[in-house]
Amino acid sequence: MTLALMDRKADFPILTRTINGHRLTYLDSAATSQKPRSVIAAMNRFYEETNANVLRSVHTLAEESTEAFHRARVSTAEFIGAAGSEEVVFTRGTTESLNMVARGWGDKFLKPGDEVVVSPMEHHSNLIPWQRLCQRTGARLRFIELNDDGSLAMDHARAVINERTRLAALSRISNVLGTINPIREIADLVHTVGGIMVVDGAQSVPHEPTAVAELGADFLAFSGHKMCGPTGIGVLWGRAELLDASDPVDFGGEMISYVNRESATWADLPHKFEAGTPNIAGAIGLAAAIEYLNEVGMANIAQHGRQLGETAYQRLSQLPGVAVFGPPSPRAALVAFNIDKIHPHDVAQVFDSRGVAIRAGHHCCQPLMHWLHAAATARASFYLYNQPDDIDALVDAVEATKRYFTI
Amino acid sequence: MNLDDLYRETILDHNQSPRNQGHLEHPSKTVGLLNPTCGDQIQLELLVAGGQVADIRFNGHGCSISMASASMLTEAVKGHSVEHALRIAQSFKKFLMGESSPVDLGDLAMLKGVSQFPSRVKCATLAHNALEKGLAEG
Repeated sequence: MTLALMDRKADFPILTRTINGHRLTYLDSAATSQKPRSVIAAMNRFYEETNANVLRSVHTLAEESTEAFHRARVSTAEFIGAAGSEEVVFTRGTTESLNMVARGWGDKFLKPGDEVVVSPMEHHSNLIPWQRLCQRTGARLRFIELNDDGSLAMDHARAVINERTRLAALSRISNVLGTINPIREIADLVHTVGGIMVVDGAQSVPHEPTAVAELGADFLAFSGHKMCGPTGIGVLWGRAELLDASDPVDFGGEMISYVNRESATWADLPHKFEAGTPNIAGAIGLAAAIEYLNEVGMANIAQHGRQLGETAYQRLSQLPGVAVFGPPSPRAALVAFNIDKIHPHDVAQVFDSRGVAIRAGHHCCQPLMHWLHAAATARASFYLYNQPDDIDALVDAVEATKRYFTI
Repeated sequence: MNLDDLYRETILDHNQSPRNQGHLEHPSKTVGLLNPTCGDQIQLELLVAGGQVADIRFNGHGCSISMASASMLTEAVKGHSVEHALRIAQSFKKFLMGESSPVDLGDLAMLKGVSQFPSRVKCATLAHNALEKGLAEG
């Protein structure tokens, strides 16, 4: 197999670790990615040379820090094709971003009888904020059902989306099924009836080129830590007019314009959504991650990930006693699977004894687990630093697990 | 780390041939517990009479450690006083933290290796927490 990317493991210090006497085979990037040396160095450099609070003082460090923070916002905006950096709100991650839309836009505009559309494959972070929003406003939560292979049932989508639909919230890539959802088609349906399209990009922004206009998104949420950046930094992108119309959800310093004893007015975008001292080092780490990803090339990363995901799916599906979930192709850089009669936690434990790190559990997708009739699954997920020998280690670990539990 | 310290033969045996699995016809108490981090579910059905755990069944789904631990627990408490059953559940949890147990834990002692695998302690104690909850509620 010729892959889109050469071996990049040397860029990631942690991948030289041995675990239980074996080379680390890291197959849990859908949970969090590893960090290249350049990202770690950029954050260290910030703390060693530049650290100061932003958007306040006039001393040199503060000016440099503010400038670096702003540049991070500009490169994030460019990375997703935003119309301007004021459309990029820094958050703690995808979860906070989605909650911000639900409270800032949803609470303001939803009325009883309105409808919010999601799917059963959503991560809890793209489900519970909408459940709560509907409970608060009297709106109705509706689901686009799935085809047997885990893809969105588009006929059903056309039936569910109607003139009462105010908002649809869907993941571009499922963190369990590996499906790549046709967001553009859904967005067109939603826009025709005057609703807005919220995209959970937690699994897609790290793995494919993103252009918010082409995607048809009105809001896009994603996390830095799944795309080679640090934890604790994420993004809410929104069309400027929608962000302007939304209410801030946190209040305090930096998000205000004028404050008197009784009331206050808000700062301009994006600051009205960023109360308090922001995660400055996190934003700088995210910018370094974006620089790294651009250097590797997002188109290459997407092709590489699909090659690995599809190959792993194929090889696992050929093993006796192994069930794989979701469509074979096209598929993103992950595969969820189960071994007959062996609980995924036991699977992950045997894998770990061989240095192979995978995820086991419900993947924050309990409704999807019900749909799959599985209490839990194992999941191997890949990123730009994985190579075919990692799939070999995965297959070997499956065989070893079967031998250990003698099935 | 040695995998065999975790998966002792007795544990695999309880997992493959669970004791007291299923349902009681007339339980005096049914208690369910969920491990939200992994989705493991357990339900205990108890028949408590005259201060004794006269009969007990468990059902649910989970990893080999949680199912084996449930099976072992039912064997350890069946036919004993409520007080003794509670002591077993409590002693077992301390046992996994490295303390010695003042009561005979039976096969449960085979789960000692779990203490080397902190993320699996929740699995091993799920049934014990359910039992405590069930007996505490009276």
